[in-house]
Amino acid sequence: MARVIVDVMPKPEILDPQGKAVTGALQRLGFEGLTVRQGKRFEVDVEGELTDERLQQVRDAAEKLLANTVIEGFDVRVEQ
Amino acid sequence: MSRIGVVTFPGSLDDHDAQRAVRLAGHEPVPLWHAHESLQGVQAVILPGGFSYGDYLRCGAIARFSPIMTEVIQAAGEGLPVLGICNGFQVLCESHLLPGALIRNDVRTFVCRDQRLRVESIDTVWTCEFEQGQEIVIVLKNGEGGFVADPDTIARLEGENRVVFRYLDDNPNGSLNDIAGVTNDRGNVVGLMPHPEHNMEELTSPSLDGRTFFASVERYLAAVVG
Repeated sequence: MARVIVDVMPKPEILDPQGKAVTGALQRLGFEGLTVRQGKRFEVDVEGELTDERLQQVRDAAEKLLANTVIEGFDVRVEQ
Repeated sequence: MSRIGVVTFPGSLDDHDAQRAVRLAGHEPVPLWHAHESLQGVQAVILPGGFSYGDYLRCGAIARFSPIMTEVIQAAGEGLPVLGICNGFQVLCESHLLPGALIRNDVRTFVCRDQRLRVESIDTVWTCEFEQGQEIVIVLKNGEGGFVADPDTIARLEGENRVVFRYLDDNPNGSLNDIAGVTNDRGNVVGLMPHPEHNMEELTSPSLDGRTFFASVERYLAAVVG
């Protein structure tokens, strides 16, 4: 069974309050110079052979449901 | 008396308050279940506030694909009045019935207060009984109410008079241009973060401005039918 990773991140121009909160907490803990933006990682297990068509289906699923392309970008890759 | 549907998703919170508001406004509330595929001939639909599907993935993202939403999206395209309140607004954005998206409040806290708003457009089914520029008070309570869209979309909304409500005083959540509510190009679909269903009675509300939403849709429906 192949595993496909979908990373979803807020677009650079969109405010990321969660990332800002994490960044602030890191600073208070003494981790300096670390700026965080927070996204989501989806691990998608694909039954059967991972053909180009199947991979395209995962991209379609990412575009339709996993990401909201108004505010988020996504990246689809096969886990080696 | 009109039949106004109120959709209940798993995790809806204010569906009963919305039904009650419909009743107080003199209409017949029709409960609509998310898993059903019929709007039961209602003349308008309210998508209520709450946390549909636990806000999993994104607020409104999973509710948008429930069977009843297929019907709502089609009917909205044919002109059915649809009002999305808070989580309902998020569902409408996820459905692309309204542009933009709602993200986590910039203040990073849940905000709950009586919110002053200005009515920016009375050219909608849900606001035609307000006066242009009227200042109203509606309950606001949300954690993810920051309205965002790309600059072209914001410019188009402003240029086409599709910003329906704007926050007055402090912007509670970082919404671009202080936008509290928007409409589609036809004016039959309106979404807003504040909760007009909570502003129906003196006992529990600082204002009765929620009633005007229902007076508006009543006027619209009377004009259409009459």
